[in-house]
Amino acid sequence: MRHIISLLMENEAGALSRVAGLFSARAYNIESLTVAPTEDATLSRMTIVTTGSEEIIEQITKQLNKLVDVIKVMDLTEGSHIERELMLVKVKAVGLGREEMKRTADIFRGRIIDVTDATYTIELTGTGSKLDAFLEAIDPALIIETVRTGASGIGRGERSLKV
Amino acid sequence: MIYCQFMEATGAEIVVRCLAEEGVEFVFGYPGGAVLNIYDEIFKQNKFKHVLVRHEQAAVHAADAYARATGRVGVALVTSGPGVTNAVTGIATAYMDSIPIVVVTGQVPTPAIGLDAFQEVDTVGITRPCVKHNFLVKDVKDLATTMKKAFIIASTGRPGPVVVDVPKDVTAHLTTFEYPATVEMRSYNPVVKGHSGQLKRAVQMLLEAKRPMIYAGGGVVLGDASAQLTELTRLLGFPVTNTLMGLGGYPATDKQNLGMLGMHGTYEANMAMQHCDVLLAVGARFDDRVIGNPAHFAREQRRIIHVDIDPSSISKRVKVDVPIVGDVQNVLTDMLALLKQAKEKPEAAALNAWWTQIELWRSKNCLKYNQSSSIIKPQYVVEKLWEVTKGDAYITSDVGQHQMWAAQYYKFDKPRRWINSGGLGTMGVGLPYAMGVQLAHPDAQVACITGESSIQMCIQELSTCKQYRIPIKVVTLNNRYMGMVRQWQEFFYGSRYAESYMESLPDFVKLAEAYGHIGMRIDKPEDVEAALKEAFSPALKERLVFMDFQTDQTENVFPMVEGGKGLSEMILAEEL
Repeated sequence: MRHIISLLMENEAGALSRVAGLFSARAYNIESLTVAPTEDATLSRMTIVTTGSEEIIEQITKQLNKLVDVIKVMDLTEGSHIERELMLVKVKAVGLGREEMKRTADIFRGRIIDVTDATYTIELTGTGSKLDAFLEAIDPALIIETVRTGASGIGRGERSLKV
Repeated sequence: MIYCQFMEATGAEIVVRCLAEEGVEFVFGYPGGAVLNIYDEIFKQNKFKHVLVRHEQAAVHAADAYARATGRVGVALVTSGPGVTNAVTGIATAYMDSIPIVVVTGQVPTPAIGLDAFQEVDTVGITRPCVKHNFLVKDVKDLATTMKKAFIIASTGRPGPVVVDVPKDVTAHLTTFEYPATVEMRSYNPVVKGHSGQLKRAVQMLLEAKRPMIYAGGGVVLGDASAQLTELTRLLGFPVTNTLMGLGGYPATDKQNLGMLGMHGTYEANMAMQHCDVLLAVGARFDDRVIGNPAHFAREQRRIIHVDIDPSSISKRVKVDVPIVGDVQNVLTDMLALLKQAKEKPEAAALNAWWTQIELWRSKNCLKYNQSSSIIKPQYVVEKLWEVTKGDAYITSDVGQHQMWAAQYYKFDKPRRWINSGGLGTMGVGLPYAMGVQLAHPDAQVACITGESSIQMCIQELSTCKQYRIPIKVVTLNNRYMGMVRQWQEFFYGSRYAESYMESLPDFVKLAEAYGHIGMRIDKPEDVEAALKEAFSPALKERLVFMDFQTDQTENVFPMVEGGKGLSEMILAEEL
């Protein structure tokens, strides 16, 4: 099962390596991991997308909580939540294909943020599966490069992760 | 925050003053370039004693043993680079057994960090997987607070080692010294009290049990909960077993104690674990050497109550029915109060039937061995040691067959008497462990039960023992083999003894003498008792005695549960 785990930790040197080290030492999967300081600069917020059985996810949450720098851990997938990922795709855009590419980007609510005679750079946000769908919708031969941030997540409604 | 002191001090002075404020008695260490400022301050003070080891690994082991034997935080001090890498084995050993120690490490000056400076390693990076927490102090203003945090983190919750890495320039910088009485950490709040609803469920379950079993681990010893465990076990009349780390948590000579369980546990303890209907696990973690194959263990239906300070130890290898997170002493105290209020009592008829079954298992006498008149049996040496020391010694061990015989045949009636590396299984700990214990308890009898292979891994510490007149008694069960390796090779590798024979052994008597100690070589069974009596006699009270017992080369440890097998699938001595 895919789980999105959100956590707040002290924004200190080496904080990321403690989390990454825990995952590799205990052979847990990391699909993606994003981290940045919050509105309070002493705190870092991390979103980890992982997969595993219920037992493994329970262990992951407990082990994360055990890290001395970690303040709070929440499994977003336990309740209703929103996830978003940002992707930048540089594609070949020449001749007839140039207009087609723009239309496809529009359908996916993508924005073209850089243009040359032969390329477009498209910005897309959404769930991981929406970004996957866009990549499937265009001719793979046209893709020059893709950059994805990995998912960030937040609980819906009153649900929040705060100190 | 309450401040104890106000004065300007260098980083080095601050380190030393913090240790003094913490009431540290001994710092085990080894000097080097990056810690010279700290050593200069140690030279100028008399609040604590520095013990100069001969290898940094031993410094950490000795600090670890000091902590195990006293319940207080052990302290080690090493230099940067190789000082740290040598200390890592000691740190990992303490981590696996949840021992509270603070290791202060020197680091190259802050501007040199990351430039591959002389004696530089990424200490925080190297130690991260084997510490409870670690710090790199880049600003002298943070030093005192960090030291306080280190002591708090090491000794509270599930204890563990904490490393404080201090760059050399930080030890020279000046700041106002303010040692905080305590430090709040918003991210660190270990649970102490057990959940009251869970406690009630647990007590109800215990009272309904027909075939109950109590399984107590190292957490009982570390949490100073032996008295509570003993009272609870006696009140209920239930059988109890101790893990390797838990020995002494419940008196070994008491009838309700079924002995150690696990890979080399007793027949009765392992059978009772497998066949009980309600299991109370206290400060134990169902590890692979204890319950064997978890799938086999789960074949029998039983309800499990698990008390542990660390939530991540619960339902890690075995699913439990009633998890109780909390300090074991608190939880057992609360449980006792509830049990005393309860109107019901455990069903006597069922409990009697269960004890009848257990006595039947016990009558197999699984620890019986064939005594010999011509060759020394290692078990016999341990039994005699127990008699000669009246069961009241502190025993350290190394790792291997001798460790298992020590655990099986020396009956520990008190906690903190059995000091060994259970989790990491570090050969070489025995001698430095004995140093730490003897320094903590100068008047106690301290023996190190070891083998001729393990003892050579930290043998240089005989020199430290000479310097500080540490009068430990080394009991070497010398079978000229890495005994446990040999045993596995005999059982599982067609007796192909690959590299497990120790050739070219030193003459241990001469070696002990060369280090300024007393050496004895014992070849015959009839001389065992006399040698032990002499070693522990008042005449040799002040001396380290190294006893080299030439033991049976082919003796094996029984019972044995093969790796991956079920707990009740034991190989017994009589079956071979």
